[in-house]
Amino acid sequence: MKASYVIIGAGISGCSIAYNLAKKGVKDIIVVEKHYLTAGATGRCGAGVRQQWGTEMNCRLAKASIDFFSIAKDELGYQGDIEFKQEGYLIVAVNEEEDKQFAKNVILQNSLGIPSRKITKEDAKEIVPHLNTDVILSATFCPTDGHLNPFTMTDAYYQAAKRLGVTFLFREEVKSIVVKNDKIEKVITTNHEIHTSNVINAAGGYAKEIGDMVNVAIPVYAERHEILVTEPVEKIQGPMVMSFGMNIYCQQVPHGSFLMGRSNPFEKPSHNIESSWQFLDEMAKTVCTLLPPIGNLRVIRQWAGSYNMSPDRQPIIGTTDLPGFYVACGFSGHGFMFAPMTGLLLSEIILGEPLTIDITDLHIDRFKTARDIVIEKSVV
Amino acid sequence: MSKKDIIICRCEDVTLEEIHQLLEQGYTNIEELKRLLRVGMGPCQGTTCMQLIQREVSKFLNIPIEEVKTQKVRPLTMGVKLNAIKEGACDES
Repeated sequence: MKASYVIIGAGISGCSIAYNLAKKGVKDIIVVEKHYLTAGATGRCGAGVRQQWGTEMNCRLAKASIDFFSIAKDELGYQGDIEFKQEGYLIVAVNEEEDKQFAKNVILQNSLGIPSRKITKEDAKEIVPHLNTDVILSATFCPTDGHLNPFTMTDAYYQAAKRLGVTFLFREEVKSIVVKNDKIEKVITTNHEIHTSNVINAAGGYAKEIGDMVNVAIPVYAERHEILVTEPVEKIQGPMVMSFGMNIYCQQVPHGSFLMGRSNPFEKPSHNIESSWQFLDEMAKTVCTLLPPIGNLRVIRQWAGSYNMSPDRQPIIGTTDLPGFYVACGFSGHGFMFAPMTGLLLSEIILGEPLTIDITDLHIDRFKTARDIVIEKSVV
Repeated sequence: MSKKDIIICRCEDVTLEEIHQLLEQGYTNIEELKRLLRVGMGPCQGTTCMQLIQREVSKFLNIPIEEVKTQKVRPLTMGVKLNAIKEGACDES
C-alpha cells in the first residue's frame, strides 16, 4: 500500500486532520486505528465544549472551534444529529484565589470576543436553581459554551473524510515506523506495510509511544480520568457546572442523563482505564455537596479514558525534528473541543499555507528552551 | 411486522430498522452501534438487547454468533442512587 499521509488514530483529532487535508485536495490519505472509531479518549470524554480558558491560546482555539461546531452539520453534510447545545458553562469559584483569577480570565476572554461574564452566586442560582450557593463565592458564565455529542461529531468528520476519498483501516495497530537517513519510509501495521514519507501522530493517550517509534521524544504521558452517567430524567439543568477547586464537572446531556467527572490528584501516569470504586465515592460526595438534588439519581454506568498530558496543559501541534513526522497531541483532556482547529491548523502547517491562528507557541520546541511556558490552570 | 415497529433496545427505544441501517453502512462492531444508537446504554445496560443485536450482526456478517463480541461490561451492575453511595462512603456502619 502507498499513502501520501498516514494518520495514526481515528479519534476526533485524526478524523478532523484527515478531513481538512482531503478538503484541501490531498489524495491517498490513510487513517490507521487500533480499535474502532472514537474508541479512545474522544469516545470517553465529558462531551462538553467551552471557551472559558485561562490562556490566550486556548481561548482562541476554543472560540474558533465553537464557531465551527455551530455550522458543522451543514459544513460536513451530516445526516445524523451532533447534538450541539449552547446553554453555557457555569464555572463556580470556591475560594478567594479563584474569584480573583476568574475576574482576570473574563477580561482576557472578553478581549478575544468570548461572551463570558463574572456573576454573583445569586445570579448563578438563577441559572442553575439546584446549585448549593453555600459552598461557592461567585461564578463565571459563558452562554455560548455547551454540549456536543463526541460519537456523532466524530462520525460526521469520518463520513465527510471518507466521501473525500480518505481510507480508514480499523482494528489495525501500528507496530513500527521505518526511518532511513532522517526520512520516513514506511509504516508497518498488524496487517499492512504502508509506503509513505509522512506520518501524523494523533494517537491520543499513546502519542508518546508513537513518537518513540521514530525517536522523537514527546514530553507527554497518559493519565486516567473517570466519568459516570446517571439514568435519564426530565430536563432540569441547562449549563455544564464546573469547579476546579471542588474538582468536578457535571452536565445534563440532551438525552436526559447527567454526566459527571473529576480527576484524581494522586493518579500516576499509565494506560490504565479501569473504573474504580474510589472515584464513585469521591464523585458522589462532591456532586451531592454542590448540586444536592442530583443525589437522587441512580448511577447506571461508569468508565474511564486517558488524558494525554503535556507539561503546560496545552496542545502540541506541528512539525518535529524528523521531516514528515507531525504531531497533534498533549491536549490534556481537551482534544475533543479543539478538534476543528487541530485539523484546520495542522493541515495549513503541512501544506505551508498561512495560519488561521498563529500557533507557533504550540510547537514541540517550546519545551526545549528554558523560557517561561504559560501553564493552563483551568483544567479538571 | 415492520422493522420500524420492532424494538430491540427497550431502554433507548431503538428499532430493528435502525440497527439494520447502520449495519448496511458498515458499522458492524457492537461498540460502534452502541455509541451511535445508544443501544445497551440505558438502565438495563444491555441485558435485554445485546443478545438480540449479536444475532443481527451474526446474520449480517454471516459468522457464528459466538464470534460476535458484545460490548465491554462496565460497572455498576444495577442502578444505585448517588446519595446512597455518598452515605456509604461517609458512614459505613
